[in-house]
Amino acid sequence: MKTKRLVVLWSIAALLLLICACAPAARPVLEAGDSEVKLRSIQSRVFDTPDENRTMRAVIATLQDLGFVIDKANSSLGIVSATRLSGYVLKMTVSVRTRGETQVLVRANAQYNLQAIEDPELYQRFFVALSQSMFLAAHHM
Amino acid sequence: MRYKIVIQFIALMLGLLLMLNNCAPMVPRAALQLAPENAGQRLLQSRQFDTDEPTLLSAGTAVLQDLGFMIEDSEPAYGLISCSKHRDASRTEQMIGAFALAMFTGVMLPVDREQWIRASVVTQPVAVDTDSAKCRTAVRVSFQRIVRNQLGKVSRLESLVEPQMYREFFEKLSRSLFLEAHEL
Repeated sequence: MKTKRLVVLWSIAALLLLICACAPAARPVLEAGDSEVKLRSIQSRVFDTPDENRTMRAVIATLQDLGFVIDKANSSLGIVSATRLSGYVLKMTVSVRTRGETQVLVRANAQYNLQAIEDPELYQRFFVALSQSMFLAAHHM
Repeated sequence: MRYKIVIQFIALMLGLLLMLNNCAPMVPRAALQLAPENAGQRLLQSRQFDTDEPTLLSAGTAVLQDLGFMIEDSEPAYGLISCSKHRDASRTEQMIGAFALAMFTGVMLPVDREQWIRASVVTQPVAVDTDSAKCRTAVRVSFQRIVRNQLGKVSRLESLVEPQMYREFFEKLSRSLFLEAHEL
């Protein structure tokens, strides 16, 4: 009798877990994983140059070096989007805007197949590549 | 009775694994990492021409049109043209292979049907002068494609790295620059 009850309990637990696992991530439209502040600091870096155009051209060159094809860009907003195909789809949008008189703020966000990337290490790698291409150090905000 | 518990336990573990998998996307280590082969690709995809940026951009647009690409976006302030085209992707050898397999096994494997080829051309001034003949501008082109099979499923997502393709593109580009210079 006791084993039977145990089997039923196990079954319910397993079923619940499977349902949870299969459910899509909640709030796909207005999602903001951790906190916006934390995410922004992971995805942003500051460079000591006032030249927005030069920075954006370096961003585009870096994306090309990393195997991306550029999809779209807009100079009045200072944004660029690019896609990398390599058995998976990696999409990235990067924005550049001036910060004060002497700096630019670069922000990147990326998406791997159907998921937003929130891993700080991946953004760090991108900014390392970018600062090599700009011959400038990347500062955190 | 005991084996049932074992089965339930396995299901529970599978559920847990799925949940963990759902939480953390497995992004490949190579993504967003500069590798030595990137430098080789840059050489393959880049050239420099003795002309100014606007001339090179319009010559590039003409080449892309010659190749049947549809321009999707352009931003002269960043020296960018991006474009794409849809083409047939069926290959005779793949069809013969699938047919032969079907003859022997009765299983028909789906074959590739269409491809969406995407490209971006980016220019970068190297030397700027009021005389356009003294200017020097670098250009980098890159191609990639998404192939779908006859079931409409994606079968390939890849960068195109055949050197021949890039050589041909730059040959056409230098011819196009010549034609532009002579207003043909």
